[in-house]
Amino acid sequence: MTTAVVDAHATDHDDHGPEKGIKRWLFSTNHKDIGTMYLIFSLVMFFIGGAMAMVIRSELAVPGLQFVHPEFFNSMTTMHALIMVFGAVMPAFVGLANWMIPLMIGAPDMALPRMNNWSFWILPVAFGILLSTLLMPGGAPAGGWTMYPPLILQTGDAFPFLIFSVHLMGISSIMGSINVIVTIINMRAPDMTLLKMPMFVWTWLITAYLLIAVMPVLAGAVTMLLTDQFFGTSFFLAAGGGDPVMFQHIFWFFGHPEVYIMILPAFGVVSEIIPTFSRKKLFGHDSMVYAASCIAFLSFIVWAHHMFTVGMPLTGQLFFMFATMLIAVPTGVKIFNWVATMWRGSMTFETPMLFSLAFVFLFTIGGFSGLMLAIQPADVQYHDSYFVVAHFHYVLVPGSVFAIMAGAYYWLPKWTGHMYNEGLGKLHFWASTIFVNLTFFPMHFLGLAGMPRRIPDYSTQFTDFNTIASIGAIGFGLSQLLFVLVLLTAKKGAKATDRVWEGSHGLEWTVPSPAPWHTFTTPPKARIANEAFE
Amino acid sequence: MIRKSFLSLFGLVLASTAKADWALNMPRGVTDLSVETFELHMMVFWWCVAIGVVVFGVMIISLVKHRKSKGAEPASFSHSTVAEVIWTAIPVVILLIMAVPAAETMIRLEDSRDPEISIVITGYQWKWHYKYQDEGIEFFSSLARPSLAARPKQSGVDVNSVENYLLEVDHPLVVPRGTKVRLLLTSNDVIHSWWVPDFAIKKDAIPGIVNETWFNANETGTFRGQCAELCGKDHGYMPVVVEVVEPEAYQAWVNSHNDGEDKLVSAHQN
Repeated sequence: MTTAVVDAHATDHDDHGPEKGIKRWLFSTNHKDIGTMYLIFSLVMFFIGGAMAMVIRSELAVPGLQFVHPEFFNSMTTMHALIMVFGAVMPAFVGLANWMIPLMIGAPDMALPRMNNWSFWILPVAFGILLSTLLMPGGAPAGGWTMYPPLILQTGDAFPFLIFSVHLMGISSIMGSINVIVTIINMRAPDMTLLKMPMFVWTWLITAYLLIAVMPVLAGAVTMLLTDQFFGTSFFLAAGGGDPVMFQHIFWFFGHPEVYIMILPAFGVVSEIIPTFSRKKLFGHDSMVYAASCIAFLSFIVWAHHMFTVGMPLTGQLFFMFATMLIAVPTGVKIFNWVATMWRGSMTFETPMLFSLAFVFLFTIGGFSGLMLAIQPADVQYHDSYFVVAHFHYVLVPGSVFAIMAGAYYWLPKWTGHMYNEGLGKLHFWASTIFVNLTFFPMHFLGLAGMPRRIPDYSTQFTDFNTIASIGAIGFGLSQLLFVLVLLTAKKGAKATDRVWEGSHGLEWTVPSPAPWHTFTTPPKARIANEAFE
Repeated sequence: MIRKSFLSLFGLVLASTAKADWALNMPRGVTDLSVETFELHMMVFWWCVAIGVVVFGVMIISLVKHRKSKGAEPASFSHSTVAEVIWTAIPVVILLIMAVPAAETMIRLEDSRDPEISIVITGYQWKWHYKYQDEGIEFFSSLARPSLAARPKQSGVDVNSVENYLLEVDHPLVVPRGTKVRLLLTSNDVIHSWWVPDFAIKKDAIPGIVNETWFNANETGTFRGQCAELCGKDHGYMPVVVEVVEPEAYQAWVNSHNDGEDKLVSAHQN
């Protein structure tokens, strides 16, 4: 029996290629094809969620209602958030993981290929359901992506569909995470010990554990909403003896680790790119691993800093303030280590590096506002104002999204076998960076001046910065079309070498460009491969 | 090219907004605690600026000097325990410097003992209800008529012509200056949040729960805020307006209110 298994592994798969037509994608168990589908799916969602952001910013460009009614405006903010978080950012990182983790650890594929297929194909169904609520009586969910009861229970026909789609997204994420963990633990090249793993693999391993820990919590929370609505329970209904605040505790026990689920893989991507274009090893690889683990641990004990205004006991608030402030320490270590990696390097500034540098600058600004938000008395002022909107968009857009863009440019030649158009890439970078700041920086001022978030119309004193933010948002949205242009012209460039970048390092650069359909059918020696590049 | 069009857009915005407010910062406010909160906010802000100058400074020096086009040769170091201990320890010290005054302010903020006036605030979709516990006064406070008339789509009213658009109510909360006012917040339907930036107070009004907070205003005047927790379609249309008046004027208001004619309110409604 054992020998049969070994024989099956030894079989060379190069003689058969992918299936033809739609079946290749529908029934795919190949990590590269599934990775591609994840990435395309997330790009589509990025544009759909982006279109909703355009509706929001158009309405807010000047005071008074111009285009939409308040109910629809609330649907737009709710759907924009759900789609960007669960449809764009998370699947993009899963796509990068699918493509790159097996290549980085020298595995022939993900450990559970059929589950991999399933975890992807659940997503279009989940988002099909979610988007269909836009056409339902009562409109799409409008209670905010945080789904706080009792308000969310006022949703119309869309309510059960919202819950069901959130369940599906959770199932997809959990299956994807199981796959990542099993692959990383079992399928590394024989001499790749855990601490020798590339940072992207490390951060994804930690992220996958976070996902498995918290997605079931979200599922529990929304299931209780469902039974409160339809089956007569009163988990969150005060009239029946329930507690609306309990939902917030459960939601943010999921929600805060979720924040790190969206940023840890970004740390990983940037930790791959900065050493490559600095032509220098990542500074403090092991302390980066410990810092990421610390962040993951702390993410479980800070959730109530999202709830400083709900009326908690003083000691509870003190605990959550101190714990939250502590996160600045490991996050600082990461930023200092990236700077130390650049220090006395030999830097060049191709598009992936530009996006990574902007990531370090702008994510740090988001980190600063995060530290300000941790200070409870000040948070009472910032809470639910545009200051918070500025903060989380700084960590999510020039944070996570820029890291995804950086990763896409970095690995695109490995995927397509051709260099992308560097001029176009740089134009995309500069347009994105200028407009992202024009959009989100003024929101700090709006929040401090007293503008609440999630309002469709505002007092005239807030006009100026809102107009600037709206101009920036439209500019940012249009700039992303340049990325589509880069993708459409991706195969027109020069042939890429196997190593692609002068300073690249790691197993993924030992396979040909484009990476063949099957790679590493026999396990490589990671150490030898790496030394070839020294 | 891009930068140029960006600058001209910026110029356009500057030119088109004669009504400019351009408020950049949090208000200092009119209570002792709002001033403390403001100072905490500024202290953390300046620490962030200082850290930013150092980190971004080093990074920018590196970006300028250590580039391949300038012939920089990569160094081979990849860790330094000393450096890593230092840049773990220094942030811990900075955090302690921030945490101590923050905790002190927080303890004062939570101390709502011995109030002179207690007011029960109930959130409704989409208005506030105020009830003075000892004075026997209670009333609803909703968006004022001029804003109400201007807010719909194609209302035909230029919102810029409405004074305090969306920040005016028919019946403001009236409180005396220099008096400790305790607020007891709850809600009749969904969660709302009562926010007045000048008092540095934001507290959720939650059905089934009574939350407590307090303020003591040092200055008279009209102070405006809004509901801060998404509460449905008209979440943006339930402002908070507080009139802080001299204690004698407050007493006169209480008396006139109980006599059936409300001078302050009729002054607001014009």
